[in-house]
Amino acid sequence: MSIGYLVKRLLWALPTLIGVAVVVFVLVRVVPGDPIAMMLPPGATQEDVGRLRASYGLDAPIAKQFVVWSADVLRGDFGTSISLRDKVLPLILGRLPATLELVAVAVVAACALATMLAVLGVYFRGRWPELAVDGATGFALAIPDFLWGLIFILVLGVLLPVLPISGRVDPTGAFDPATGFYLIEALITLQVAVLADLLKHIALPAAALALPLAAALTRVLKGSLADAMNQDFITLARVKGYSRMRTLWRVALRNALIPTVTLTGVQFSFLIGGTVLIEHLFSYPGIGNLAIAAVIQRDLPLIQGLILTFAVLFIFTNLIVDMTYSALNPKVKQG
Amino acid sequence: MTASSAWRNPRVVFGILVVLALTAAAAGAPWLSPFDPLEQDLLNSFQAPFWSGGDTAHVLGTDSLGRDILSRLIYGARTALIVAFVAALFAGLLGTALGLAAGYFGGRLDAAISRLVDVWMSFPSVLLCIVLAAVLGAGLHTVVIAIVIIDWTRFCRVVRAEVMVQKSHDYVASAMTIGLSSWRVLVSEILPNVAPLLLTLFTLEMGIAIVVEAILSFVGLSVSSGVPTWGGIIQEGRLYVNQAWSLMALPMACIVLAVLGLNSLGDGLRNALDPVQSE
Repeated sequence: MSIGYLVKRLLWALPTLIGVAVVVFVLVRVVPGDPIAMMLPPGATQEDVGRLRASYGLDAPIAKQFVVWSADVLRGDFGTSISLRDKVLPLILGRLPATLELVAVAVVAACALATMLAVLGVYFRGRWPELAVDGATGFALAIPDFLWGLIFILVLGVLLPVLPISGRVDPTGAFDPATGFYLIEALITLQVAVLADLLKHIALPAAALALPLAAALTRVLKGSLADAMNQDFITLARVKGYSRMRTLWRVALRNALIPTVTLTGVQFSFLIGGTVLIEHLFSYPGIGNLAIAAVIQRDLPLIQGLILTFAVLFIFTNLIVDMTYSALNPKVKQG
Repeated sequence: MTASSAWRNPRVVFGILVVLALTAAAAGAPWLSPFDPLEQDLLNSFQAPFWSGGDTAHVLGTDSLGRDILSRLIYGARTALIVAFVAALFAGLLGTALGLAAGYFGGRLDAAISRLVDVWMSFPSVLLCIVLAAVLGAGLHTVVIAIVIIDWTRFCRVVRAEVMVQKSHDYVASAMTIGLSSWRVLVSEILPNVAPLLLTLFTLEMGIAIVVEAILSFVGLSVSSGVPTWGGIIQEGRLYVNQAWSLMALPMACIVLAVLGLNSLGDGLRNALDPVQSE
């Protein structure tokens, strides 16, 4: 992994980021509905509105606003949220750990489930377990995360209320986190009861995000596992006396990893986008939930900051995926 | 690769049945629905559906304002189908035109279009969709425009790749040798060979559009509450889910069935029409 390649990739990401920033900046400024007028009590004069608008810099031409905003962003200042009257960057950074934990749990769950299902399907090739795996993946793939979220709320939250359907942690509990990474913190400080509560809360939103991803992964992994099982090195491993199950786990799985990592990368972007709705559905306090509230409130500085955050997340995940890909497969030339 | 083999595929048959049912509900809504979907009857709110011993006049019960659920679901099918068809059609037209051009002409045009697709896909689509809906204001046209603006890339990428494959075949070289113009080659030689793929993409896109419409209705950015939509009924039902869970379950079942049907039709068509995969 050369440093030059890394720098090149990061530079390549810059125009994308600028493009995203320009599009969003112009888009949110043609939104009908005046956020400033909504902030003031009834009876405020036109001068009051004008003064407040000027204090947010919204009276300047769009091009000038963009230059001022970009210069501020480069200094780490994303402006002040109109609806929450707080600095945008601390607001986003305060919510980001919740989203990252949700995404991480969903990805790990999806990979674990996909690996088990794919191995099961290939091991019992042509028999009923394979048909069951194929049927289940087809079904899980057809239904998007939003619908899975609704189904889970209805079935596991309301009809058989076994899991909580809103929030991140039991608000009556005695958990006093020092950071935003509740799961990691509870794990490190060995607070088992808190950890169980956190996992219960994250279970349904993470499952809704994980199911379609797990289905897509199972399909690809099963296909490449089946291919790998027909290769010479598998015959060699079998001749050496490895059992069929062990060959699958040890030898074939390693070879099926590359296409799976590639697909996980592509799907990862969808997953981050998916958090927006899933967090809204489950009242989970991450940046996705914040984003929907910001759009509904016409909170321009917050919308801009959030979309830029999402774009940065996308670019970084793609970069990490590409690097993992070339680390796993030395044949791929970095260009 | 025959059309008759498609009819023997159970997934295609299931998909076609679902599409027929949707179309029938959408076209015949005024005759099929037992009540006016907007008519309120506050004395008869939260009527139970027939399976929990409800009034037989309202087969699937009534909502918080006493409106008939069955009628609202039937009119919801009309909204869903119209949005899905129009949105998939325009996303398909835009994406196919750009994909054909990029794949056939290559070079700088291809580089420009491909780069545009890359930048486009780095937006979180759900968020972009919600921002667009907020910009354009609530309404059915908003939902359609948002889906077209976001999802043309799906068609563009696949069509571009397929055109590049087709271009390497001998029939394209022969067509060029006998002096056909680029336009003629594209439209009368390559396009028919890409058509089965387009049909599959179109079917899948309709499923996506139905979900997007439901999402926007759910967030409250689709149509005014006067028009019944499946997403809107889910949103209302969620508020009363502890009193009457069927208010949320029934429109969800409609969406799941519609999406499963369209997906199964799309996948089935892909397998039936692709000679390599169907072997």
